Amino acid sequence: MNAFLTQAAKARWPLPALVILGFAIAILSQYQPIFSGYTQIILITIGINIILCASLNLVNGYMGEFSVGHAGFMSLGAYTSAVFTTKWLPDIPMLFPVAVIFGGMIAAIIGFLLALLSFKTRGDYLAIITLAFLMIVKSTWENITYVGGPAGLLGVNKMTTLPWTLFWVVVTILVIRNLIYSKFGRAIIAIREDEIAANAMGVRVREAKILAFVVSSFFGGVAGALYAHLNFINPKYFDIVKSTEILVMVYLGGVSSLGGSILGAVIFTVLFNKLEPLGYWRMAILSAMLIALMLFRPRGIMGMRELTWLLPKRELFPKGVVEKP
Amino acid sequence: MLYDFLYLAQQTINALQQGSIYALIALGYSMVYGVLTMINFAHGDLFMLGAFACMLLAGALAPLFVTFPPFLLFLVVLLLVMAIIGFLGAFIERVAYRPLRGAPRVSAIITALGCGLLIESLTLVAFPYSKSMPTLMRNTTFELAKVADPSGTGAPLTLTITALQIVIIVVSLVLMVALDFLIRKTRWGMAMRAISFDARTVPLMGIPANRIISMTFLIGAGLGGAAGMLYGLAYPVIAPSMGILVGWKAFIAAVVGGIGSIRGAVLGGFILGAVEVLAVVVLPSTYRDLICYSLLLVILIFKPYGLLGHAPNQKV
Repeated sequence: MNAFLTQAAKARWPLPALVILGFAIAILSQYQPIFSGYTQIILITIGINIILCASLNLVNGYMGEFSVGHAGFMSLGAYTSAVFTTKWLPDIPMLFPVAVIFGGMIAAIIGFLLALLSFKTRGDYLAIITLAFLMIVKSTWENITYVGGPAGLLGVNKMTTLPWTLFWVVVTILVIRNLIYSKFGRAIIAIREDEIAANAMGVRVREAKILAFVVSSFFGGVAGALYAHLNFINPKYFDIVKSTEILVMVYLGGVSSLGGSILGAVIFTVLFNKLEPLGYWRMAILSAMLIALMLFRPRGIMGMRELTWLLPKRELFPKGVVEKP
Repeated sequence: MLYDFLYLAQQTINALQQGSIYALIALGYSMVYGVLTMINFAHGDLFMLGAFACMLLAGALAPLFVTFPPFLLFLVVLLLVMAIIGFLGAFIERVAYRPLRGAPRVSAIITALGCGLLIESLTLVAFPYSKSMPTLMRNTTFELAKVADPSGTGAPLTLTITALQIVIIVVSLVLMVALDFLIRKTRWGMAMRAISFDARTVPLMGIPANRIISMTFLIGAGLGGAAGMLYGLAYPVIAPSMGILVGWKAFIAAVVGGIGSIRGAVLGGFILGAVEVLAVVVLPSTYRDLICYSLLLVILIFKPYGLLGHAPNQKV
């Protein structure tokens, strides 16, 4: 049994097998009561958080910038997709995937504009500009009566199901994984290590940064769209506290690690829901955990390491070859 | 004509009150950034603790000061609040930020976010509902001028200033001038400026960098605490969430002025106060945040390093 596990940890087949098994269970759960309603909502929330975490990790981990505006992209995706399914083309369940992509696209377009502005100057300014962006988006929703103003948008159908969430999680992880191990991915990692040196080596710094930011905001929007069709949406939800939660998940799991993002999202979401009876102590415990983690493991649980299953084949080294540090 | 002038004067007084509180908080962000190039995201929550400390201290000390003039109580509470919050700020630096000085810069920022969240949630545990601030002094309203409405229909406009507004503006100005003196004229201030100029060489010159950094946090947090107390007196319902609401705005003020620059933080604070007050005059109050943050974006597009900041030289 033990030998089997060690072999499975190194082999290529377990990840596709797990994904197929996951889809089978997810689709089956729509017809058979495998999970209780509560468990199902927790699982979907974990999925949404994985999407948020992995996409933010692209900017904050792999690229080494510091964005605090992910909740803003989430709210853009949530509101635009919800308007799409409630006001423009209501009550057509077939169009749900289109609405999700639409939400992601709008978030990506705004992300592109924001990236044009923010990558003119050095790193810290991204934090400031995304903070301003977050507040502007929240304040805009509060002032538009068409989307319900401060009360939030009502009457959104609960269309986010377990299979759809899993589908988007797989798409997100796959796209970001392939991006990171492409030429472009090397470029953004080079930018993280030393921007000036990367520039000198011929990396188009600004283009690479903008592209990474746009991809990240697209998936932020997708996560928002999924969230909008699960919960009740209201501008106050997508504020700096939500952004902080996503940051906590990313840094808890580990920077520059998709496996870490999955781990961080799972740990945080489960703890967040299990500790609910503690009331305000919940956030105190989670933040104390974060501080302790940062002090003893500044890069998070899986920082700078990757789950072997997620590495592309050519990144794996045969026995006898010295592994890359 | 006179009517409009009075109206403007009244709004200026309100803007000065608001701006001096923002400026005091912004100073803390800017000082820490200048010395450590780190955004201290816990600063807003220290500001909030200042208000709560004032509430507790005022409640505890009020019976002892019945026979003294009320201004003495105000002064004692102010100094105590500044000392408590200042030492708390220095303590946080010692425990949470100093061990991370060699680590990636983002780890320190995340720790700061964590500290802010921890302070806020612990305060929420202690005070789940918003509290009302005790009045520390009699709040007399002085009537400076009075003009009838030119159209002859509305109520006459009076230019007023409250004792509290005077105290807030004067106390903030005194603290700011004292800080400017400390930074420009004393040896401690010279050491602070030296560290912000070149953090690596300065310890080699025999300057105790750690002590100077602790001092910076102590002063910055102390000013934040004083701002919290003044804010709590001006808007006497205090809640743990005000650390986020007001703190982030003061951070904007620090950025607009040029983060790292002391005079810039003061300028940014007053600009933000003026914009907030004027925005509410022209538009419904729900647009206030929208305008503040849009202003920040516009300023950052044209002056990426703020009004008084300067671009750092990048060494390869």
